[in-house]
Amino acid sequence: MSSLTLHDVRFIEPEKTRNYLNDDYGAFSWLLTRDHKRIAILYLMSVTVMFMLGGFFAVMMRIELLTPEGDMVTSDTYNKFFTLHGVIMVFFFLIPVIPAVLGNFLLPIMIGAKDLAFPRLNLLSWYLYIIAAALGLFMMISGGVDTGWTFYTPFSTQYSNTHVFATLFAAFIAGFSSILTGLNFIVTIHRMRAPGLTWYRLPLFIWSLYATSLVQLLATPILAITLTMLMVERVLKVGIFDPALGGDPLLLQHMFWFYSHPAVYIMILPAMGVASEVIAAFTRKKIFGYKFVAYSSLAIAFLGFLVWAHHLFVSGISIYSAMIFSFLSYFVAVPSAIKVFNWTATLYKGSVSWQTPMLYIMGFIGLFTIGGVTGLFLAAIGLDVHVTDTYFVVAHFHYVMVGGVVMAYLAGIHYWWPKITGRMYPEWWARLAALLVFVGFNLTFFPQFVLGYLGMPRRYHAYAPEFQVLNVMSTAGASVLAVGYALPLGYLLWSLWFGRKAGVNPWGAVGLEWTTSSPPPKENFHETPVVTWDAYDYPAMLKAMGETQNV
Amino acid sequence: MSEMTLHDSPEHAHHPFLQHHFEDLGQQHEASTLGMWMFLSTEILFFGGVLCAYWIYRIMYPDAWAIGGEQQNTLFGGINTIVLIISSLTMALAVRNAQLGRRQATVVMLFATLIFGSIFLAVKGYEYHAHYSEGLFPGTHFTWHENPALASKVQLFMVFYWSMTGLHALHMVIGAGLLIWMMWRAWRGDFSPEYYGPVEVMGLYWHFVDIVWIFLFPFLYLIPHFGVAHHG
Amino acid sequence: MIVQDFPLWPQQASTFAPQMDALFIFMCVVCGSVSIVVFLLIFFLAAKYRRRPDNQLAQEQEPPKILEAAWIIIPFFIFMGMFVWGAWMFFQLNRVPDNALDIYATGKQWMWKFQHPSGQREINTLHVPVGRPVRITMASEDVIHSLYFPAFRTKADVLPNRYKTMWFQATKTGQYHIFCAEYCGTLHSGMIGWVDVMEPTDYQKWLAGGTEGSLASQGEKVFQKYACNTCHTNDSTGRGPVLAGAYGSNVMLDDDTIVRFDENYIRESILNPQAKVVKGFARPSIMPTFQGQVNEEDLLKLLAYVQSLDAKQPAAKPVELPSSFQASSGAGKTPKGQETPPKGQTP
Repeated sequence: MSSLTLHDVRFIEPEKTRNYLNDDYGAFSWLLTRDHKRIAILYLMSVTVMFMLGGFFAVMMRIELLTPEGDMVTSDTYNKFFTLHGVIMVFFFLIPVIPAVLGNFLLPIMIGAKDLAFPRLNLLSWYLYIIAAALGLFMMISGGVDTGWTFYTPFSTQYSNTHVFATLFAAFIAGFSSILTGLNFIVTIHRMRAPGLTWYRLPLFIWSLYATSLVQLLATPILAITLTMLMVERVLKVGIFDPALGGDPLLLQHMFWFYSHPAVYIMILPAMGVASEVIAAFTRKKIFGYKFVAYSSLAIAFLGFLVWAHHLFVSGISIYSAMIFSFLSYFVAVPSAIKVFNWTATLYKGSVSWQTPMLYIMGFIGLFTIGGVTGLFLAAIGLDVHVTDTYFVVAHFHYVMVGGVVMAYLAGIHYWWPKITGRMYPEWWARLAALLVFVGFNLTFFPQFVLGYLGMPRRYHAYAPEFQVLNVMSTAGASVLAVGYALPLGYLLWSLWFGRKAGVNPWGAVGLEWTTSSPPPKENFHETPVVTWDAYDYPAMLKAMGETQNV
Repeated sequence: MSEMTLHDSPEHAHHPFLQHHFEDLGQQHEASTLGMWMFLSTEILFFGGVLCAYWIYRIMYPDAWAIGGEQQNTLFGGINTIVLIISSLTMALAVRNAQLGRRQATVVMLFATLIFGSIFLAVKGYEYHAHYSEGLFPGTHFTWHENPALASKVQLFMVFYWSMTGLHALHMVIGAGLLIWMMWRAWRGDFSPEYYGPVEVMGLYWHFVDIVWIFLFPFLYLIPHFGVAHHG
Repeated sequence: MIVQDFPLWPQQASTFAPQMDALFIFMCVVCGSVSIVVFLLIFFLAAKYRRRPDNQLAQEQEPPKILEAAWIIIPFFIFMGMFVWGAWMFFQLNRVPDNALDIYATGKQWMWKFQHPSGQREINTLHVPVGRPVRITMASEDVIHSLYFPAFRTKADVLPNRYKTMWFQATKTGQYHIFCAEYCGTLHSGMIGWVDVMEPTDYQKWLAGGTEGSLASQGEKVFQKYACNTCHTNDSTGRGPVLAGAYGSNVMLDDDTIVRFDENYIRESILNPQAKVVKGFARPSIMPTFQGQVNEEDLLKLLAYVQSLDAKQPAAKPVELPSSFQASSGAGKTPKGQETPPKGQTP
């Protein structure tokens, strides 16, 4: 490292040759593992595959939209593309990505535990994910599905003749995987913390995972029962949501968004946690307003349950319920704003390093801010009438989910890569990729705000010719973005063999994960750590460093 | 958490059922009960969602709901309610006996719980059979001639009836499987005053499933026709 | 030419458009400036306090804690301003003026059908007069659609088995897009059309092109076709409630609740007569259900007919059309997009 290595004298330990990666060999040592770190690696590989698959459908859509006529694939194929893109990215990438990969790997280490509370349950949730993904793949191979990821009735239950049931069932199983992960995290955070690690000493990533897990636990069952009812309707041809048989299609929308709006927070809250960790480490500073940032996660999780009907402003709810949901939607913006301002204030008089994870997080704050403030546009009910169901909404949620979640995920992967693999990634390539992702992303999605206000509806296979220039810009951006995403895949794999060996604490960061070897031993620590310092306590480290300057 | 220090007592550390990643049996016990409570909170939302949908349609179609309620056999439903309440008692006694280390009594009480659970399922199966043969299973075989205008709404009631009781019965079957497993473990002598967590967790689950029925019974059997002018 | 091919701002063609654009610009300015301040601050702070040999560790000095309160309270009040403006806009979009011209729309996979009160029907094209509020009452025949007029800045989902209304007042003649904004299956992106805003005189000329008689009078024929008039007579001797003058009133049901006799009540009572029976009539109602027998277009005609009945003059009356245009000749070519009525549609 260019900077001096900072670590507390207590952290020094002899280099162990045994770690979780080489402790055991063979396929079964992975497929039957109960080690949270190995399960995290299994998740890492599976979500990467799903991301590539979902990305493939995105690329196909962008190519189709180069011309207004809809001349590359048929309408049905295009409809399947955006449905599969949505289903894969939401249920198989965005929801599991940060909790199941980074959370799984780091949560026990960051709280000084040997494993999650229920290791077998953890493995089970990965298997559920894989079963769901396999079912999804089977569904794709046998013809796909064209309902949109929102499964609105009566189209999904009475009119679509694609593989709706298989898709619903896959999402249902994936939901259970998510519930079990959330359950495991909550119990682990409550019961498995190291001695001395009080709640206010917890890293903010843990707070955000805790809030996320609460949402997973309390919102996902509503998805499960909603999908169950859809499956029953589809199979028996009865009318739970079909108006022709007495059902109410708006009830489906209410129940669906009662899960799917909080699901947005399942995605973004862990991303915010990663941002807090990275900012603290790369400014060498305690996060400004630690408690505000911690409680804002819980506030977002709570308020996130009260705003679902803002997806229904033009669907047919009364003026007064629309007003209430608009009002509450502005409430949920307050804790998000708190986070953004606190992160910014943390930079003040810090020691800001411009290394890759920090670059991603600076991009994250910018893109998340744009995604967040455009949410304010959509929460203004009158304005929502014009821009809902247009590309404005598409741009808005991609700014939050791709600009927010994926940027933070990439930041986290780079930040913890030395801990996970014991190797450093190549810094120059990584910075290039971060830049490409940022530029490509904005070029892809910013024109879509304009398209949306112009009135181009979403899920359109062919569109009016005056929208072409902006669509071409968007497709051009998507190709830059694709290169930006492909690069890390290449150089991270390269680094597994050729990367520089990382020490215990390559960044000079605080946190229990930086006190154990890289990669960590099978049970994370050779001795249960005792925590005597606050989160991000760089001054204490400074003192320790003064004593051990020459180590 | 006073038990947080490492290797505080060697006999705990070597307890055969202490999993490697827990410091001691106390921590393991607390984790497993909290885990079950969390799982049950998920379950509450799961049943809560369908009950909420049921209630919305009851407000929309009170007449059809009244007819649907009249199709239910309140006697059988009442018997089943009593059977389940008794099974909760035997389950609680099983937990208590496991806590006191009484091996035989634990097995007997678990077995009694299993018997009551099976009686419930048998009665439920009989009711299902009756409904099915009357053409009250939703779908293509559904038949309802008394009031054709309401047929699709009566069917909607039956959809909720079958889904909610079906999900409940599925939970009962899973519970019965767990009971058999617990009986086997109790018989083997796994449980002791230091280690009886699995029986307690099993008990939480069983009581929850009973409570769900305590809601379903009035919702589906007793009150569908309350507040609706009787005309039939 | 370039500007036309590559617009960056939608056309403004309704009374909503300037209001909506003002709100949008306000949001852009407020949110944009806050975002830019955040970006500049991040960049500036990250550059100023970048890690250097003499800045290896952060200084133990933080911004004042009062900031925390500032950025909770100030955004909250800005948000409330946005909320109030957005809600006010929403009220505008929902408050239909009394003198609105009624047009009925049906969405089906994958076309828009419009019916004018004077009887004209058209597909994927809608002719409306400029400067006059237009209220659209709509339902879907199959899945959920959404009728969207970007140039008018309004849209509303079109649901099966339920009427919804939307309104606008066009301010500029010309042709503007109609889109379906709610995904509805294979040809969702083909469920588009044009709204043709015309000068009132041109509109009246266009209306005169139709020959089928007013929508309400077509509704009267449907009313007779299904023999509704045998029970729903003009006086209280009939076996069903008197419909004349009922539209818009409140009626008491047999369970002593009061409901409004509106579009959705009429619809429900035709399709499911048992649902809400007027007090004083037998339950179960003797009226048969028409579920599956009356299609959406006939339902809209019946609706127009029932709406047209008032207490004094129970017969069908032409809806809000100057008599001069009723009389004028229907000769001449059929206006573009106007549907030729299928044979046997009306008895």
